Amino acid sequence: MIKKILDTSTLDKELLVRLDAYIDSLEGNKQEHLIHVLHHAQGLFGYLPQNLQLYIARKLNLSGAEVNGVVTFYSFFNEKPVGKYTISVCMGTACYVKGADKVLERVLENVGVNKNEISKDGLFTVKDVRCIGACGLAPVMTVNGKVYGKVTPTDVDDILRHYRSIENENK
Amino acid sequence: MRINSFGDLAAWKDKCPRKTDYKINVLVCNGTSCMSQDSEMITRMLEHELNIRNIIAEVRVIKTGCFGFCGQGPIIKIEPDDITYVQVKVEDVEEIVEKHIVNRTVVERLIYKETNKAALSENDKGMNFYRKQMRIALRNCGEIDPENIEDYIANDGYMALAKVLQEYTPEQVIDIVKKSGLRGRGGGGFYTGLKWEMTRRFPGDEKYVICNADEGDPGAFMDRSIMEGDPHSILEAMMIAGFAIGANHGLIYIRAEYGVATDRLRLAIQQAKEAGLIGKNIFGTDFCFDMEIKLGAGAFVCGEETALIHSMEGLRGEPTRKPPFPSEAGFRGKPSSVNNVETFANIPVIILKGYEYFSAIGTKKSKGTKVFALAGQVKNIGLVEVPMGTTFREIVYDIGGGHPKGKAIKAIQIGGPSGGVITKDFFDTQIDYDTLTGMGAMMGSGGMVIMDEDTDMVKIAKFYLDFTQDESCGKCTPCRIGTKRMYEILDRLTKMQGKPEDLDRLRILAENIKNTSLCGLGQTAPNPVLSTMKYFREEYEAYAYRTKRTTYAIDPKKCIGCTKCARNCPVECISGKIKEPHYIDESKCIACGACYQACPVGAIIRP
Repeated sequence: MIKKILDTSTLDKELLVRLDAYIDSLEGNKQEHLIHVLHHAQGLFGYLPQNLQLYIARKLNLSGAEVNGVVTFYSFFNEKPVGKYTISVCMGTACYVKGADKVLERVLENVGVNKNEISKDGLFTVKDVRCIGACGLAPVMTVNGKVYGKVTPTDVDDILRHYRSIENENK
Repeated sequence: MRINSFGDLAAWKDKCPRKTDYKINVLVCNGTSCMSQDSEMITRMLEHELNIRNIIAEVRVIKTGCFGFCGQGPIIKIEPDDITYVQVKVEDVEEIVEKHIVNRTVVERLIYKETNKAALSENDKGMNFYRKQMRIALRNCGEIDPENIEDYIANDGYMALAKVLQEYTPEQVIDIVKKSGLRGRGGGGFYTGLKWEMTRRFPGDEKYVICNADEGDPGAFMDRSIMEGDPHSILEAMMIAGFAIGANHGLIYIRAEYGVATDRLRLAIQQAKEAGLIGKNIFGTDFCFDMEIKLGAGAFVCGEETALIHSMEGLRGEPTRKPPFPSEAGFRGKPSSVNNVETFANIPVIILKGYEYFSAIGTKKSKGTKVFALAGQVKNIGLVEVPMGTTFREIVYDIGGGHPKGKAIKAIQIGGPSGGVITKDFFDTQIDYDTLTGMGAMMGSGGMVIMDEDTDMVKIAKFYLDFTQDESCGKCTPCRIGTKRMYEILDRLTKMQGKPEDLDRLRILAENIKNTSLCGLGQTAPNPVLSTMKYFREEYEAYAYRTKRTTYAIDPKKCIGCTKCARNCPVECISGKIKEPHYIDESKCIACGACYQACPVGAIIRP
């Protein structure tokens, strides 16, 4: 069997050390913890590039295909880089009947991307997500986990302006 | 405090702080919904205001779980006065402290105003939202601080576990649960006692108790609220299940989307471990139990028990054929009982109050209560727990307060993407597992989405199909390809490109997918289409025969010529003189609905 050569040169060494420490701390059958390891790795690196997946596969004694199979099965894992702010528009039924599709449309239009794409300035990634359970506030969108409830398309512009202005101040 | 015997728990309970130790208790909702509206800041402001008035010692501020009244959040409740304030803002805190807590007068403007009652509600029991409710699974939600084990213990927490270990054999526990008539609250409604009995009977050196907290149905959030508001009750019930089936390991599989619930469960496990309530030789007996949390990663199919088990094993969450059922070969191939969060939440009550108490509630074949999540076009959005057998009308109108703007309610969608619609002819039906199945819907997890006259049922069916075909794991052909084809037909119909034959094709496809799919996801995926086709066939036909209006129009008999519609139209396709009927140029209309929203007399005809 030819093993694919693992090239970790693009990965941050310090973060890899932290990932190693996490994997070493796991008890029992480490393969069973794959999903937790991937959550942790995505928390550290922001996304799961292929060489990182292969790195994890080698650490857990799994094949690269098995790890990639899991990564691509679950919608939580990203194989591509994401923007500094992830905008998630809830597409649960409660939000949908209250116009979430119009909210999503406006977000995509404002940011100028398609779903799951990163904006040119690297600031935003837009996703549609499954019900986040905040149906009382429908329609709902979140920006890096902060929940905005009862959002109208006009609110979308205000919310995005807010994040852009934070960025401009930082510059 | 470390518990080494049954006596220790009773002694601890006596020492736990109680609400009666304080002159006033201020309960602030810290569920996800209220937290996203600054309820944490409100809590801090309350403490600050009490501090500067030097009354913090007499007043206890309790960060509770969900009150269920989510649409009116953030919520503050003051006990023992039983006054509930709604839509509280940070800047209202000072007034509440000054007026209510110091001067003992009610802040009238923050009290919830009933729609169908002119008078202000004087206390909770008088609030229509709570009057018809019966809280068993939600008994501690909005009552106790979920992050404090002492609050749980003061409310008989872990007493059911103590009773089981002291008084019963595992067989007796199973017998009690069987006699209670409790059925699984996550979907199918399988008898819980029977599931435990099967898991106990299958041989295995190790067995597992699994809590299914992968609440994926859009519009359902009862499990999340229970975990956030009363996490210890789940742990206690899982241990009772462990004792009954002969398992020493508990696993909670929770969605990665539920951050707050995960944190609170982790904390609860840690507290219970420190107290010796989870671990080796619980209460000094031979019973040992450990507990672990497993995170999901965003896949709806993982709510199916075999898929859930594969996901816990670190694999792709694909279902496998049953039998063997998890009770025979589940996690790591060992006998496992998979039960839902709400199911577990009922267990301590059944043990402490007896199966007779529980089985006296509900209908002939569905016992106890059920939590429903009310969402969509209804005034009081939130969580509602009612006895089985309550009617839709009572839930939607008496508890839910009807439509927020008084429009007619056309249908209730129940059971999420696996369920179906209930039309107004059935609003007086008593809800239980069997009546719902008979109507082509399903209890599911109990999400109820209310749809008004403006809702396009074909588009709703398309919305659910979009969901299920996206979430189909791809393992079996009927679900993978069949739902895709169904979606394409619906897409074609809604774009006015369909044909009359499409309707039959859709129905045949739906029935085949239902009969031949591998798991519950595929077997139930066609339900939203079949049930909307059954009850709203004319809407499908309007698309299929392309007779559906696609633009708005004005009823000249109703139009008063106020010009509001014309001023709101973004494409300026409405013309007419003041005080004369207006007219819409249908070739320009983009069907945005702005005129419909603007018209004060309801003269606009929708597509």
